[in-house]
Formats: sequence, structure tokens, C-alpha cells
Amino acid sequence: MNVVSNNTDFLLSVENLTVSFDGFKAVNDLNLYVDENEIHVIIGPNGAGKTTVLDLICGRTKATDGSIKFRNKELTELREHEIVREGVGRKFQNPTIYEDLTVFENLEISFPRGRSVFGALTFKRDAEVVTRVREIAEMVFLDTLLGMQAALLSHGQKQWLEIGMLLIQDPELLMLDEPVAGMSVSERKQTAKLLNEITKGRSVMVVEHDMKFVEDIAHRVTVMHQGKILAEGSMAKVQADPKVVEVYLGH
Amino acid sequence: MTNVKSFLSRQDLLGLAIIAAVIFVLMPLAMDIFRLNLFGKYLTYAFVAIGLVLCWGRGGILSLGQGVFFGLGGYCMAMYLKLEASTPEATAIQSTPGIPDFMDWNQITALPWFWEPFNSLTFTLIAIFVVPAAFAFIIGAAMFKRRVGGVYFAIITQAIAAILTILIIGQQGYTGGVNGITDLRTLKGWDIRTDEAKYILYYVNGALLIGALVLCQFVLKSKLGRLLVALRDKEDRVRFSGYDVANFKIFVFCLAAVLSAVGGAMFTLQVGFMSPSFVGIVPSIEMVIFCAVGGRLSIFGAVYGTLLVNWAKTTFSETFPELWLFGLGALFIAVVLVFPNGLAGLYRTYLGPYVDRWISKKPPSGGTPAPAATPADYDADPAAKPAE
Repeated sequence: MNVVSNNTDFLLSVENLTVSFDGFKAVNDLNLYVDENEIHVIIGPNGAGKTTVLDLICGRTKATDGSIKFRNKELTELREHEIVREGVGRKFQNPTIYEDLTVFENLEISFPRGRSVFGALTFKRDAEVVTRVREIAEMVFLDTLLGMQAALLSHGQKQWLEIGMLLIQDPELLMLDEPVAGMSVSERKQTAKLLNEITKGRSVMVVEHDMKFVEDIAHRVTVMHQGKILAEGSMAKVQADPKVVEVYLGH
Repeated sequence: MTNVKSFLSRQDLLGLAIIAAVIFVLMPLAMDIFRLNLFGKYLTYAFVAIGLVLCWGRGGILSLGQGVFFGLGGYCMAMYLKLEASTPEATAIQSTPGIPDFMDWNQITALPWFWEPFNSLTFTLIAIFVVPAAFAFIIGAAMFKRRVGGVYFAIITQAIAAILTILIIGQQGYTGGVNGITDLRTLKGWDIRTDEAKYILYYVNGALLIGALVLCQFVLKSKLGRLLVALRDKEDRVRFSGYDVANFKIFVFCLAAVLSAVGGAMFTLQVGFMSPSFVGIVPSIEMVIFCAVGGRLSIFGAVYGTLLVNWAKTTFSETFPELWLFGLGALFIAVVLVFPNGLAGLYRTYLGPYVDRWISKKPPSGGTPAPAATPADYDADPAAKPAE
């Protein structure tokens, strides 16, 4: 099992990752690799540890054991904002946006400049910021709503706004936790198109339950079960795997 | 600060102008020096209240211990004034002349080491800023780096206020105990008890308050101001956007502490003494009420809230001394239930739209109509539409 690789082929190499909460191993000796420009989807039944894996990578949960290497840099020793600055972006399951601020301000805050206290005090809304915000807003279908208070957006629009807030940081690895949950069919289609577009030049990790959506976007699928990897490969291969059908897809 | 126009809108300028007119023209004309001095005392609390707007209203950090910083500023100033009043000649009847009277009463025979530097006015003025900032930094770093927040933070700040009060009262020989530091007379030989001095100090206080309002408006209009609102709303999102959240909280907590300390120092100068009754839990909570009544999102509202509550306190406590505290409690409940955004919220709902229309009727100074959507149009007005 010990595949200790030092190769730089992978953008992200998760090796022997374990986290235990009071003895319960939510993630158990997990190995996972994400390639450049890949959409990697993690599926699995509830409680399989999918969200925990994302939490571990972005530093929200501290690993008990194992390593997470991003561009050969160990992430387990870094704090959350340092991991973000390395180029890892994380979208939460529920849309997490600043409801009291406008769409423009939401995107502007995520613009990667002036992240220190002094930097924030002297931050200027210059042409570069405005152009970039408009550009991203157009990508996430919100270009006509820049002046709107974010609380007034629909659920789907809030999800897009959060994706936009990550895109403006231009992360090399984007982690999305159930990006289409609660979306309408047409919103789902738009989101799939969006994801296929934004993956140019970056990798995306997605946790998702919606099989139709997974089929539309996934380059590679990892099936998790009880903190371990059950199967990995293309969607077709995973779907044909009898173990996967038994614990997950069969239901 | 490059361009004043960039962070002060017309509405802000109007707000500042009205407050300045009230402080500098209306009140001195309408009141005798006794009442004006009292009004000046209220204004020193406004420093605390606008600090709370930044910290609590915008940043969501509720401190129930702002009296600590008000007291630190006030005590720094009082220590200097007390030393100046305790010349060997003035204290000749003491068994140890040349030290403050309360030390002599407590059988202390030499000036304690931490009093020594307060012989210098320069040191004192620096200390008024540095001591509360350093103390707030230590508390902030200890709490926010460990992600202590919300109710827990409020309780800890309240405990600190209680501890400091007990410490001051217990160490009577060093601090003047429950009486505080009294009988303050001169500042560099200038008698602060005369009517003329009271007028001058009142105007200095007013000018400092206007300065504090401009500074706060600058902070609120910067990206840091928007980050505070973002933090209050979704702290995790800010963290996962690459910001070290604790540093921002520490900064705003320190800023609020320094503002409170300036208020405290001006209090000592105008009122002529400082005592633990302005440090503890009750005054700290009263300061939160000033801010809540004014509207915790608006720095201008906070000034009016402070004035209104204190005016009511003076008026009612003179007439119905035993009912006042119930009145204050009722007022706080009313604010929470009926108008959660305080005076500023009422203004925004009922008066603001008319004022905005009146202001925008006047053409901008360039004479050309504004372009359809300038980047500034994308700004939310957190004072206008706050989340509950």
C-alpha cells in the first residue's frame, strides 16, 4: 500500500492520509492523486468521508497521519490562509457568501491583493480590479447583477457567486463540495458548462451525489466508502464495478 | 489618506457638518458652562461608542469590557495630573511630601516605579495610545488566534473589566482605590478647573471626536471595512479567501481600545478625576447600550445614541432616581425589539431617502451627470440594509 512517490507529475498527492475523531477513523490510510487540468470527482454514500478529505486538504481539519503534497509542498503544516495562498480554493456545501455586501464587493474581497491589514486599508479599486471582477462575473452569469446585495440572489446564483469568488483567486486546484445541490435542471446544465470551461489551466476536485452531473463533468472518479477508497477510474469503469454498485449506486 | 473625497460621501460630509455644528455652535450657545461641561463628558463616551460600531456593529466582535480601555486612558492622564498636583510644597503636611495624597494615607513612602514615567507629559500622551493598544493586542492575540469569539469573547472581556476594577480597588495605595484619583488641578501649570479651561477642553474634545469620526469613516470605507462586514457574516469564507482573520480582528479591537482611551483621557481632563466606577462591568455595558441605541452600524448614530442616553440618564436620575435603572433596561429591550438598528436605522428608514434626494438634486461639482455605473455604485451601504 505504501506508494511513496516523490514525482512531480501530480498536482496533488495525498498519501496514507488518516484522521481519527475520538478513535473513529473518518479517513483511513487514503491515497489519492490529482492530475493537472483534471476534473476529479469523489462520490460515495453519506458518511464515507468525502467532505472530510476536502477539509483535510484545505486545512480546516488537521490530519492525524499522512501527507498532502501540493506541487511537492507539504500542506498539512500550513494554516488555512497559507494553503489558499499556495493556490488551493475551496467551495463549501452551502453557498458561503457575504450576504450584506453586493455581488461586486463579494468578488472584490476575493481578489488576491491587499490581504494584510495594511494592504486592506490601502487597497484601491483600480481598473485592474474592476475589469477582473466584471470578467469573472460574466463567467458565472452574474454580470448584470453586480450592484445587487448578495442576500437577494437565488440559491443557484449564490452557488455561482461562490464559484466566482474562487475563480478570481485563480487557484490551481479548485475544490467544490456539491456545487449543484439545490439547483434547477437548467442551472445544473449551466454549471456543468461552467466547470468544463474553468478547468482549462487548473484542476478541479468535486464531491457530488448527482450521478447525471458527475457523468457530464468527470474525467476521473474516486468512490469512497467508510473512509477508504473503494474504486477509482473512469465513470464507466466505476459504474461497472460490482462493489460500487453494492454499496452506493445500487440504492 | 490620499483624497478625502474618496472616502467621505456627501451624506458623510453632511453628517459630520451637523455633528460639528451641534458641538461647536449650538451647544455652547444653548448651555451654561456647567451643562456644557456635562455635555462634554457625554461626548467622551461617544469615542467608546464609535469604537464599538467598528468592533461590534461591523465586525461582530462584542466587547463588554470597553470600560477597561476608557479607564486605562483616563488613569494614564490622571496619574500625570496627580503627580503635577503633588508637589512637595502642596503636600508639605504629609509624612512623605511629594507623593500623591492617597499613597501617603496608605503608608507608602516612595513613588512606585510604574508611576515614575508619568512625570513626563510626553510619556503620558504616548501611554494613552500605547498602553490600551498593547493591552488590547494581548487580549486580542490570545483570544482571536485561538478562535475564541462570540459570546465567549464577550464574557471574557466582561471578566477582564471585573478583574481590573477589583485590582484598582484592592491596590488602594497605588491606584487611589475606590475613590479613584481625585483633586487634579493643573496641566503643565495651566489650571484645568477654570471656566475658560473647561471651554478650551470642550473644544479640544469636540475636535478630537470629529477627527475620530473621519478616521473611522476612512477605515469603514476601505476594503478593511468591507472585510469586517464579511467577517461578521462568514468568517470561514474570509479565511478561505486567503486572509489571516485573527489579524483583522486584533486590529479593529485595538483601534476601538485606543479610541476609548482617548475618550477616557478627555474625561479625566474635563471632569477632573478618574475612578473605578468608569472601568467595571456596569459602565462597560452602558457603553454598549449607547452604541445600540444610536444604531450599532453607524458611527454618527452612535454619537447621537450616546448623547440621548446620557441626557435621559441625567434628566431622569435627577427626577426619579430610583426608576432610572429600570428605564435604562426598558430602553435597551425596546431597542432590541422595536428598532434594532437604533436611531440610525430610524433615520435611514424615515428621513434618509428625503435627504438623499435633496443632496442628489444639487449637481455634482463638475457639473456633468455621473456615468451610468461607476464602481462606487456597486457598494452596499451596510448601515442601510443590515442583516438581522
